[in-house]
Order: sequence, then C-alpha cells, then structure tokens
Amino acid sequence: MLPPYLWSNLAVLLLFGAGVALGVYLRRNRLWREALSSLVRRRPLAIAALCLYVLVGLLDSVAWVGGPAAGADTVAAHEARSVIDRVFAGTPESSYSAPLATVSFYGAQPLESPRGHLLGTDILGRDVLYRTLKGARVALLIGGLTSLISIPLALLFGVGAGYFGGRLDDAVFFLISTLASMPSLLLLIALIMVMGRSTLSVCVALGITSWIGFARLARAETLKLRELDYVQAARALGVRDRRIVLRHILPNLAHLVVITLVLMFSGLVLSEVILAWLGIGVDGSWGQMIDQARDEFSRDPIIWWNISAAGGALFGLLLAVNFIGDALRDILDPRTLREDA
Amino acid sequence: MLAFVVRRLFYGFFVVLGVLFLLFILFFAVASPDDIARRALGEKALPQALEVWKVNHGYDKPLWPWQARDNLLADHFRSMLSFDFGRSDADDVPIARRLRQGAGVSLSLTVPIFVLGLGLAVLLSLFVAFFRETYIDTSGVFLCVLAMSVSILLYIVGAQYLVAKLLRWFPISGYDPDLRVVARFLAMPVLVGVLSGVGGDVRFYRTVFVEETSRDYVRTARSKGAGELRVMIFHVLRNGMIPILTRVVLAIPFLFMGALLLESFFGIPGLGSMTVDAINNNDFATLRVMVFIGSLLFVLGQVITDVSYSLVDPRVRLE
Amino acid sequence: MSTLLEARGLVTSYPGAAGRVRVVDGVSLSLEAGRVLALVGESGCGKSQTAFTLLRLVAKPGRIEAGSVRLEGRELIHLSVPQMRSVRGSGIAMIFQEPMTSLNPVLRVGAQVVEAIRLHERVGAASARQRTLELFGRVGIPDPSGRFDAYPHQLSGGLKQRVMIAMALSTHPKVLIADEPTTSLDVTIQAQILQLLRDLQRESETAILLITHDLGVVNELADRVAVMYGGRIVEEGPRVAVLGRPSHPYTQGLLRSMPGRVRPGQRLEEIPGVVPPPAEWPPGCRFATRCPRVRVSCAAEMPPEVALDADHRTFCFAVAEEGGG
Repeated sequence: MLPPYLWSNLAVLLLFGAGVALGVYLRRNRLWREALSSLVRRRPLAIAALCLYVLVGLLDSVAWVGGPAAGADTVAAHEARSVIDRVFAGTPESSYSAPLATVSFYGAQPLESPRGHLLGTDILGRDVLYRTLKGARVALLIGGLTSLISIPLALLFGVGAGYFGGRLDDAVFFLISTLASMPSLLLLIALIMVMGRSTLSVCVALGITSWIGFARLARAETLKLRELDYVQAARALGVRDRRIVLRHILPNLAHLVVITLVLMFSGLVLSEVILAWLGIGVDGSWGQMIDQARDEFSRDPIIWWNISAAGGALFGLLLAVNFIGDALRDILDPRTLREDA
Repeated sequence: MLAFVVRRLFYGFFVVLGVLFLLFILFFAVASPDDIARRALGEKALPQALEVWKVNHGYDKPLWPWQARDNLLADHFRSMLSFDFGRSDADDVPIARRLRQGAGVSLSLTVPIFVLGLGLAVLLSLFVAFFRETYIDTSGVFLCVLAMSVSILLYIVGAQYLVAKLLRWFPISGYDPDLRVVARFLAMPVLVGVLSGVGGDVRFYRTVFVEETSRDYVRTARSKGAGELRVMIFHVLRNGMIPILTRVVLAIPFLFMGALLLESFFGIPGLGSMTVDAINNNDFATLRVMVFIGSLLFVLGQVITDVSYSLVDPRVRLE
Repeated sequence: MSTLLEARGLVTSYPGAAGRVRVVDGVSLSLEAGRVLALVGESGCGKSQTAFTLLRLVAKPGRIEAGSVRLEGRELIHLSVPQMRSVRGSGIAMIFQEPMTSLNPVLRVGAQVVEAIRLHERVGAASARQRTLELFGRVGIPDPSGRFDAYPHQLSGGLKQRVMIAMALSTHPKVLIADEPTTSLDVTIQAQILQLLRDLQRESETAILLITHDLGVVNELADRVAVMYGGRIVEEGPRVAVLGRPSHPYTQGLLRSMPGRVRPGQRLEEIPGVVPPPAEWPPGCRFATRCPRVRVSCAAEMPPEVALDADHRTFCFAVAEEGGG
C-alpha cells in the first residue's frame, strides 16, 4: 500500500500531465487552436492567475525525504516534505498572531519569527500563508481528480444510452433518474460516511454525485447527433458502431466536455467547502480552514486573517476558473464556431 | 394531459422504489445495525444495551427477505411507503411530528427567497440584456461572475459580521414564529439566500434573453415599428421565460426541504437544520426519511415541470 | 408613375477578419408606385442586407456607412430612432423568408397583426380586430375569425405567409419589401402567394421590392429587374430587357445556366468557380475572378456605368468597350 502522501502527489502530477497532453493534442486541430488563442486574448489575467495556482499546487506536490530537518524532530526527518513545506520550515508559534506582528495575539509574548508571518498564524501557531498555499494543491485535486472520474463515467453512460437506445437507454435513464432524485448533498454525505473520510473517498463520492448532470446532457446531445445525416450515412455504409461513436459522436461532444469540465470545477470546490463545514472535508483544504476559523469571527477583537486568506484564495481560484469557463462557453458556442470556420 | 401525468407519476413511483432500495443498501448493508446502535449509545456500551436499543428501534431483525419473513428490507419499504417514519435514532422523537413542525418554518424561509430571487434575477437580466454589448452589459456580467465565485458560507459569515455585528440591524441568528417579529429573524437569511443565487441566475437568464433578441420574430417586430423596450417586454420576455421557467419550476418542490446551510447558520428550526442535526448525530433514521421525502418531491417536480412546459409554450402538446 | 423610394449609394459593412467588409457597396435603386422591382442574385450577394439597410434594421456589428434613402422625398438615413420607427411598418413594410420563425411562436397570429396596427394608429382593440379579420379575408385566409386566435405553429406555411402579408399591409405601407417570400413554400403554394401579391399590388398601388434568387419568380412578377453580385448592382433594367437581352457577363451566365434551356442528355451550363468570400473581393469588379470576358483593368478598377437604353444600364468594362450581347 503506497503511503497516502505519495499517491496524491502522483495524482496531481498525473493530472498536470494529462492537462498538458490534452493541450498538445488539441493544438493540432485548427478550430481548437483558434479557440484557445481567442481565449488567451480575452482572459489573460484569469489564465495567468490559474497558472499561478497550478504552479503552487505543483510545488507542493514535489516532495522528498531528507534534507535539513526542521528542528530535531525525528518524525519530520523521515517525512516527505514538498518544496512549499521546506520554504516554510521553521518553529511554529504557540498560537494566534496577527499578520506581520512581532508579538502573539493573546498575551503579547514575543514570537519565534517576528514579522515573519505575512498572513499571521492560526490557533496552532501555523503560518497562515503556508496553509493557504498548501490548500491550492487540495483544491486542484478535488476539482481535477473528481472531474477525471465523473466525466468519463458520464460519457460512458450518456453516450451509450443515447446511441444504442432501447433497453440500455431505459436502464440508464432509470439509474440517472434515481440518483438525480436523491438530494445530492445528502447522497454525498451518506457516501462519505460509508466510504470513509480520506481524500480519495471524498473525490469518489463527489464524482458519483456529479456525473449525473453531464450524463443527461451527453445523452441528449447523442440522441441529436445520431440523427444527423452523416451519422446515418455511416451506419448505412456498415461502419461499426464503436468507430462511429469514436469518430463522429465523441468529437462533437468535445466542446461540451471542455465547458463542463471547467464549470464543474468550481461547483466541486464549493461543494467541498460545504462538506468541510460539516466536518467531512478533505484535510488541509481551504474549506477546512474556513470551517476552523468560523468562531474566530465572533471573538472580540476578531481574528480575521485566517478566514480572509482561505476565503480570498478560494475566491481567486473560482473567479479565474469561472471567467475562463464563461469565455470558453462564448467561444465554443457552435454558432460562433460555424462563423469562424 | 391526465394520461400523461398518470404515466409520469407511475414511472416516478418506480424511481422512488429504486431510491428506497439504494437507500437501504447505503444505510444498512454498509453500516450494520450494530454500528448504528454503537454510535447512538457510545463505543463502550454493553451488548445488552445495544440489543435493547436495537429492539426499540426495530433494528433487531435480519436484513434480507431470504433470511426471514420479518426482515429489515420489508420493514424499510413498508414504513417509508406508508409514511410511518418511526422515531429518530438520536433522541427518540417521532420523526413525523418533527416534519410537520419544521415544514412550515422552512417554507417561510424558502418561499420568499424563491419569489424575490426570481423577480430580481428576471428584472436585472432583462435590464442587462436590453443594454447588451454596452459597458452596462459587460460590467453586469463581470459582477455576476464575481458573485458566483463566492461560496455561500462566505456570504453567510460576511452577512452575519457586517449586518449583525457592525450595523446591528438584525439579530445574528434565531427564530421567533411570532408574526410581529418573525420578519426580523428571516430578513438576513432571505437576503443572503437571494444574493448568493442571483449571480448565477442573472448570468443564465441574460444569455437566454440575448439569444432571443437575435431571433427572426424580433426582427419582424422591429420592422413593424416596435421600439426596443416593447420588443424586450412584450416579445423577448415571453419567449425567454420558457427555458427559465422550466428550470425554475424544477426547484419548487425543494422549497420544502429548506435551505440546509441558511437554516443551520441562522438558527431557523426548519427541515434543513433538522437534516443537518441528523448528519451531525449520525441519526440514520431521520436521514433516510429526509432523502426519501426529497426524492418524492423531485419526482413531483419533474411532473410539474413537464406540465408547466405545456402551459407556457403553446407549441408543446403532451400526449 | 411616381417614384416612391429613391436609394443612392448605400454602403453597409460588417467587421471581417481583415477590416470591415462592405456587404452592400454603393447600391442605388428606385421603386415606383404600383410596380415591382426584383432584386436578384445568389445567396450571400447582399440582397437581404440591402433591404435591411433601407429599413435601418442592420444588426450590430453591422453598420450603415453611407448613402441616402428618400421615401417620397423624405430622407430616412438621418431620422431619429423614434421617427424611423414610425416609418417602419407604415411607410415601408417587410415580409420575410421563413414565416415560421418570423412570427412570434407564443403569441396568437391575430394579436400580432393587431400589434402592427396599433403601433401606428390610435384605434381600439375591437376596431383593430375587425380590420385584421377583413385583411385575413383579403389575403385569402379561410375562416378568419377562427384563425385569428391560432398560434403560428397551428398554421401551414402558406397560411403563415398570408398572415405575414396581412400584417405588412395592415398599415397601408407605401413600399413593401418581400424578402424571398416563397422560397420556403411548396411550388403550388408559391404560385398562390405570387398571385396574391400581384392582386394586392394592383389594388393599392404599393411599390414592391421583391428579393429572390429564383428567376422563374422574377419572370412571373417583376416589372424591372436589378441583378446583384458581391454587394453591387451589375445590371438593371426592364424585365424583358434584362432577361431577354442580358448584357452583363454575370446576368448572361445566370440565364444560360437555367435548366429549361438545355435538351435532355446535354451538359448543363454553369458559371465556373464559386462566389469568393468577402475577404477575397478584388477592389475592382467583383465578378472578375469568374468572368469569361475579363480584361486587365477589371479586377483593379471599378467598372463604369454603361447606359444600354433609357432605362437599362450595366456596370462592365467589357460592355463599355464592345457593347452588350
């Protein structure tokens, strides 16, 4: 059994690799090239911001054992620590401190590293900036890995049901209706309670509850595509179904996949925030930070830096993703595609 | 029309059966009655206490029909379908009573959110669509995306801090059904509920309306001499409401479920906070009932949506 | 025979990949009371855009860049928006190609005609309804009061088009623009609609601008014909002259390619090549890339106007040098 930290790092790197591979593959197609360059032209800021988040996430995923140990902690000496871990290595404070403060928040004790904490420290004395940066990897994992699970699942069921029709369609439609009629939040919670609270099970649970919407869309589109003249011609010529699906149906769903991927991302990250608030989120996520920071707001004077950092980072990522998704939707609108081509 | 409704309800019934089965698998087969009892009574409970608890809650039977005639699966189906919900696993209070108490409270929160949210979103999106391609449009869309990117939790925390703590206009949380003061307690959750949803809604509705303005019948109306305002309100709105309404009607049944987060944060004792409590207390009995109710409402919502489609769009005839 | 509408030098442009493209480039035409001018050309030559320009209905990002449109002497291009709105419908009315999508699907057809009336005249609902019923009768809609409350999707294509015509005529326009009114209809219905237009025109002395790509329709209905290619008028004159003795190479090519002229077994004639996209239009004559009589100067310079007759003209270097035919 691989140690947990190792597989999730691998997962992030794999996701990144998949993203790059997709980009290279798409660039070969003229329409996609134009779409992507149009996207970069329209939303340079959002893309730059997203790249920044991805970079931070990657930095936190490259981890190895060894190097200068943090203090004399023998456990730390054998832990794999990432680039970000190493940058922020140092003795933690005892408790809260304000951003760039020299003394602790309660009791005004001198800090281990005065003015060393750009965003202050939390209740356990951990640097807030450090925890915020680490949250980026978790967010990318939640959005990316879950999409990777749910979109192929949705395509498999949706396209299969739409293309082959008949009993398969009836069965899949029934399954979709059943799952869709269960309030997704409750289903999510039930799944997590049942499967455990690790990152993987949260991602799987999120994947199971989010494939339905896209499956329905994929099925509806496939039904339409199946009636197109060139698809009917292919079938009349005796082309095998698998080939038709791969060459005619799936490429026509590609723009929907891309848009859904981007838009689902923000929905998933927001869902995790709610899960964290219910106590079943992923360790180290911004949602968890927000949850832990909730009662800090009611203190007097209030402790604002924890929730602001996590909330701000969350907002920034979602804003970038939403802007990109929005622009993508306009660019990939079939009507616009037709006019450009 | 009647035949259509009956048929859909029939299909919906099977879907509900499917949901019940799935529910059973999730809650019983994966977490055994012993686990549930242990969670309710504590890890250190004696086996006898566990047995007594299980008997009291009807969990002392075998799971499957092939194991015995008197089994949990049959019980599960029978009790759900006859709406005999039994007692909560956490505190033994009859679930049905709680449902009755909580439903009205939830509605008093979700109905204003729904109505105000819809009205505000339609007005704003019509406004933005009227000024499409101008700076009003672009900044409107920008604001919408901004609003969409904020988690509802942050809206809640922000609202509580800003309005309750700083401005002291409304209480931070709580609920008093007395008609004279209930509005003060509901004002903030309704406000947060409307604001957190308006961004995404306006974005969608605007797209619908702008699409309609490029249609042929709008061109005809203009060629007759109709002004832009008349075109928007008399022609575009009517056609645009078709996709909007169908999306909106689907959400109506869920008004009963209450807004889980809003109720929980603002201390409103509706069905939503009841669900959240059940989650926190591992109260499977209540959770099962809530999911069942939710799926019933969903099926109802589907049928209502299809019917409303035929009412709103004269081209649609249900057979 | 009075000139009701006089359009000069209309230029309408849209943004293209390399700067703005003039889809209507210097079009001039005039419409006379009680007469039909047919605007002919292939898809994409700018016929519909010309019509939209006349009504100032050019959709963004398109823009009317230059030209003048005079309706009974009154200049329309510089009118304010409210003033133009009162012209639309009552001065110039338009019927469109696709009656299914051109009628509002959620409103009853009677109400849509009433709307047209009440936009221009202060009449009560009852009186507007009465007028609508009379109009329905005039355009040949059976059972007018029954059809008044029908939705567009409940009517056949021919009936929908009759509703459109009724709607357009309800405000007694001076000019009627008919944009491919029969293209989406069955051939038998086509004949009926054309007959209807002819009868209505005889009664009311309306000037009609008939936009079509069907030379058969032109032959049925037109008094004068203007041929368009690449956003410009290449030949214009009386129907008999243009169809019988075409001078411009494009017109000649069009007429030669009609199937009826060829015996079974013979190859059909065609104009070689395809219409170039707007981005590739040469600065001179736009037909230069496909013209059998092309000269050196054709692609580079604007072809001159050649008066073939008192009322028949064309724009061509070849004709200028050699004469028509």
